[in-house]
Amino acid sequence: MSLLELTSVTAGYGHFTALWDVALRVERGEAVAVVGPNGAGKTTLLRVISGILPVRAGTLTFDGAALAGRPAHEVVAHGIAHVPEGRRLFPALSVAENLKMGAYLPAARAHYRESLERVWALFPVLAERKAQRAGSLSGGEQQMLAIGRALMSRPRLILLDEPSMGLAPVMVLRLFELIHRIRAEGYTILVVEQNVRQVLKLVDRAYLLEVGRIKMEGRAAELAEQDFVRKAYVGL
Amino acid sequence: MIDPIFLAEAALNGIMLGGILALLALGLNLIFGVIDIVWIAYVDLVMLCMYLVYYLVQVYGWPVWLGALASIALGALLGIGVHLLIITPILGSAPINQLLATGGLLFFLQSFATFLWTTDHKSVRMSLPSFEVGGIFVPLTRLIPFAISIVALIGLYLFLTRTFVGTAIRAVSQDREAMSLMGANPQRIYIVTSAVGGLMAGLAGALLIFQYSVHPFFGGQFGPLTFMICVLGGLGNMVGAFVASFIMSEIISLAGVIWSTEMGYVIAFVVFIVMIFARPGGILARRG
Repeated sequence: MSLLELTSVTAGYGHFTALWDVALRVERGEAVAVVGPNGAGKTTLLRVISGILPVRAGTLTFDGAALAGRPAHEVVAHGIAHVPEGRRLFPALSVAENLKMGAYLPAARAHYRESLERVWALFPVLAERKAQRAGSLSGGEQQMLAIGRALMSRPRLILLDEPSMGLAPVMVLRLFELIHRIRAEGYTILVVEQNVRQVLKLVDRAYLLEVGRIKMEGRAAELAEQDFVRKAYVGL
Repeated sequence: MIDPIFLAEAALNGIMLGGILALLALGLNLIFGVIDIVWIAYVDLVMLCMYLVYYLVQVYGWPVWLGALASIALGALLGIGVHLLIITPILGSAPINQLLATGGLLFFLQSFATFLWTTDHKSVRMSLPSFEVGGIFVPLTRLIPFAISIVALIGLYLFLTRTFVGTAIRAVSQDREAMSLMGANPQRIYIVTSAVGGLMAGLAGALLIFQYSVHPFFGGQFGPLTFMICVLGGLGNMVGAFVASFIMSEIISLAGVIWSTEMGYVIAFVVFIVMIFARPGGILARRG
């Protein structure tokens, strides 16, 4: 049984349907990417999985539990941490307080110190800036904090929404290195990214999403070889 | 020329009043900062708590501390009740409707209090000694409530900065959706916030009844002032509200001695209007 499994999921906003009949799965320990153009529904897909946006039709199971219709704060408790688009830090709270909020759940709170040490080790720059307001960090540091905050909940699946967005090219490379390290620690990752070339090097499998429908699915290496993927998204 | 001793005494009284005003302003501001709705009837909840202390202590002879604890408990319950019964159904409504709903509660509570307890002024008599420091008289009936207010404000500060729930309350005020992604149920955070805000109202009521008499329109005396302090400090800005409480209480107290109490309020409102033009975001807002 897959860790995360979506079958014929349809969802949207008001009268607008953003996702049509989406099927997707993520196995334990796997890194999976969802790529596609702007407005394809990638962010919507992650918002549906984390419970911010309700599922209209279809099923969403995580580790055997049916999560469709559960609110966001319950989904996190099942072990899904969502690093949202635009990071969504608490700008007026300090770096340390943001991480503390990541460990808000009772189960995570019990391991607060231990998780904190782990995040400091992964992102030493955050330890240096722990008393600083999150809003005053650079873009790259903010993304690290957003990821660190997600790790604090001790998730079994991490959803990353456009982690490289708005970062300088050098920082993008560094960030992908860091995500690589998180992967190596055994976390299961589902990432949505515009930076297709980079992300396909990072993941095992990828889905291509276009206008709300899954167009293609395959091993990352194979997908990168597809002619139209290369032309449209990789830019080679 | 006014005797400087009088002025010094007035300044001291201003500080002591400021402590209780800060309690009210921070309670109202906390709720606004998190839930984004101004409880117009906030000080009317204080009024209910004052009646409770009056009846328990003055009529039924309970010890003062027990009456005060009961008042705090009633305040917290009222806070939760107002949130569940009045705020929750209108959370997503237009701001004007929210204003009307909490304003309606104000009229309801005033009429309700008039119906039950008539418009008589009721007060709890307590005679505590004053002591003299360098010619200035310091009445214990004001010093003790001030000291309790400061302790409560420190407690609120520690709660909001040191505990998980307190930090979550501040986090929700910045990004509600992100906080639900951390596993916090926003409705639960709202209830805790309303309870804490109500608890502050209950404590303020327990402190005020020993200095002021209570009547159904007590809210009119302190309500606009409390709201003004919150706006002056910057709505939702806790430090700003704290500073503004003392600015306002000093103006009222000093002008009250130099001219008259009425003039004190006139000057306080003029300062408020001028400040709103000069610094619309509150006294501590960043410029630009």
